Amino acid sequence: MCVCVCVCVCVQSGPASLPAEDISTNSNGPKQDSLFDDDPEDLFAEATEEVSLDSPERDVLLSDGPSPAITPITPPTSVITPRIGLAHDDMFTHSSFDEIEEEEGGDSFDIHIAVSDPEKVGDGMNAYMAYKVTTKTSLSLFKTDEFSVKRRFSDFLGLHSKLASKYLHIGYIVPPAPEKSIVGMTKVKVGKEDQSSNEFVEKRRSALERYLMRTVKHPILLKDPDVLQFLESSELPRAVSTQALSSAGLLRMVNKAADAVNKMTIKMNESDAWFEEKQQHFENLDVQLRKLHASVESLVCHRKELSVNTAQFAKSAAMLGNSEDHTALSRALSQLAEVEEKIDQLHQDQANADFYLFSELLGDYVRLITAVKGVFDHRMKTWQKWQDSQLLLQKKREAEAKLQFTNKPDKLQQAKDEIKELEGKVQQGERDFEQISKTIRKEVSRFEKERVKDFKTIIIKYLESLVQTQQQLIKYWEAFLPEAKAIS
Amino acid sequence: PSPRAVNVDLQTDATLQVDISDALSERDKVKFTVHTKSTLPNFKQNEFSVVRQHEEFIWLHDSFVENEDYAGYIIPPAPPRPDFDASREKLQKLGEGEGSMTKEEFTKMKQELEAEYLAIFKKTVAMHEVFLCRVAAHPVLRKDLNFHVFLEYNQDLSVRGKNKKEKLEDFFKNVVKITPDVDDFFEHEKTFLLEYHNRVKDASAKSDRMIRSHKNAADDINRIASSLYSLGTQDSTDVCKFFLKVSELFEKTRKIEARVAADEDLKLADLLKYYLRESQAAKDLLYRRSRSLVDYENANKALDKARAKNRDVLQAETSQQLCCHKFEKISESAKQELIDFKTRRVAAFRKNLVELAELELKHAKVKGLVTVRSR
Repeated sequence: MCVCVCVCVCVQSGPASLPAEDISTNSNGPKQDSLFDDDPEDLFAEATEEVSLDSPERDVLLSDGPSPAITPITPPTSVITPRIGLAHDDMFTHSSFDEIEEEEGGDSFDIHIAVSDPEKVGDGMNAYMAYKVTTKTSLSLFKTDEFSVKRRFSDFLGLHSKLASKYLHIGYIVPPAPEKSIVGMTKVKVGKEDQSSNEFVEKRRSALERYLMRTVKHPILLKDPDVLQFLESSELPRAVSTQALSSAGLLRMVNKAADAVNKMTIKMNESDAWFEEKQQHFENLDVQLRKLHASVESLVCHRKELSVNTAQFAKSAAMLGNSEDHTALSRALSQLAEVEEKIDQLHQDQANADFYLFSELLGDYVRLITAVKGVFDHRMKTWQKWQDSQLLLQKKREAEAKLQFTNKPDKLQQAKDEIKELEGKVQQGERDFEQISKTIRKEVSRFEKERVKDFKTIIIKYLESLVQTQQQLIKYWEAFLPEAKAIS
Repeated sequence: PSPRAVNVDLQTDATLQVDISDALSERDKVKFTVHTKSTLPNFKQNEFSVVRQHEEFIWLHDSFVENEDYAGYIIPPAPPRPDFDASREKLQKLGEGEGSMTKEEFTKMKQELEAEYLAIFKKTVAMHEVFLCRVAAHPVLRKDLNFHVFLEYNQDLSVRGKNKKEKLEDFFKNVVKITPDVDDFFEHEKTFLLEYHNRVKDASAKSDRMIRSHKNAADDINRIASSLYSLGTQDSTDVCKFFLKVSELFEKTRKIEARVAADEDLKLADLLKYYLRESQAAKDLLYRRSRSLVDYENANKALDKARAKNRDVLQAETSQQLCCHKFEKISESAKQELIDFKTRRVAAFRKNLVELAELELKHAKVKGLVTVRSR
């Protein structure tokens, strides 16, 4: 009969009748078996479990601690800031965008931007948060190695708006700026110094940092004068009409473009197979990522709930321990309360990791994919423009042919001039279309690489946080066990 | 020593062994097969089984409570009513939503809900069995005639639900009189039990909430694993292989989290729930003793009055002696019962807390071992 906890009762999946084997009874309370053991492989039976990213021949990291190559998570009191890691695999060279290849080596991509020290400036509804933007770099593009400026949120939006207007329509995936939030900012302005407004500021700070890093990782955007000015110059003209291209605005623009596209009948020729495939791919990715994002957000929510409920239980257990008149049991219950309190903090930290590492990353990518879709739609528009020019040219040629038979020399000349102009336009249209197609191919390839790197980096960090949590849990329960055993 | 688990008071001797050997869940009721092995001469056979439903357990419990002879004992608390409503509702919702999810998702959710259903089912069986075993282990209650009828009579015991008057009496029973007791022991026990019962109630509720959150988090991890799996099956590039591996990891994590929640449920929540009910039963015992004390005091007063008027003295004397005897008998057995209660309680908490800690450790270690080798 079951005395030791290591024996598990095997459960058949039919709910109607109970298996015939013994269920131990215990008049002191419910039975002691673990109810869940429906998978044939008991995880505990296997000494190790290896999930290898590469080939299975790689060594198993068996230790209880994280691998030495990976830096430990910062202590619970501060929020884990996800640094989108510097590209040690060198992908970006200084050469012009025509030569962006996947070669490793060349100039190292060495720029790191930190957004820090949020500071409230002003009072009342005109108040705003100023952030310190510090750039550390060895690139010759910049005047010095390290410098910082003060920026406010609308400055970031202004930067994005400029970049979007310059680059989106020729096929560059411009990273979207963080979302505006009226509710969040109002709380901050009104001066509510509470947990949620602090969280809001931290969330925004983190998002701004990620935004800048993504922007400068783009070899073309990095060199843009607006970007350089943003990073370097101490004074920046106040950006107005920043409604122009917030994420929501971008989405609306994309939707309008999409509508326009739908109204056209588009004939897909051979060379477009890649684009068709990619578009479908991004549609799928969009759906999947949104779903994943929603699940992770739900996890964050429930983990926070778990933290709160654990804290409440800890208090309740302490009270129970107080009223228990058996000394050893009373002490053990108090210890249990302490353990649970510590665990509550663990849950809180884990929820933060869930959020800052995982959930925000997914949110960023959902927005990025919107930008990607926008770029594809721009290509459509470019194609359409080219087609329209061609059609117009054809009409003009037909008109010219007709004019040949009339005796209107000046009208004929005019027609010839117009045709010449249109021929130029058609050629330009074709060039534009080819250019944007080429750019998009490169951009998509870069995007996919970045995506893989980002996800890998973040997920590994996230897994480390999980491992850390487990280690702490082990410590706490190991400390508690002798207390429980000491009850006599 | 018996081969069964070491318990504090379960002297499972061969004279009377009771267990629930089978159970069947039908639409709105559960049928338990109560199996008895006994060498007592009271029974016609040495081994036999009957089928009982929840209401019949309640009938047996209530018959103990209402029996004056048992006023001095902690009556083993009645098992809670089997409640599959929530689980059934979930299964139904799943059935309705079948069209809106993939086959894998549906199968997965169905398996989980079935596991949940099974867990609730096993728990309710355990609760009913514990009740019977406590009765069988009690030196006096095991000899009760109703108990034997319950075990042996293979027809339906036509039992009626409590009527309004009885329910009202139950309600008032929960109010324990706050008059200081002559006996220090009982005075202390009264104060202790009142406070303890309330705190256990609170702890039980909070532990339930905590475990519920834990289960919710595990469900989320499940969904995340599914999403990652979908991402991973889009094509066979490195990215997708990566997602598949991570999905596997999350799936394993989810299983462990679910087990942690289940173990917490079993070792902590159920323990607290059980002692909530037992402490209530102990309170009921104290109440009965108080009532008999009041009867005794009233009988004393009546005797004084009778002596003063010199009328019906003998009758008053007999009545007073009866009350005195009853009170003393209850007090004596109550004292022992309450001491046993404490012993049982301490042992149960010790056992469950140790097991809880061991299980938590086991799970945390397993989770830690599932590692990812990074590039």
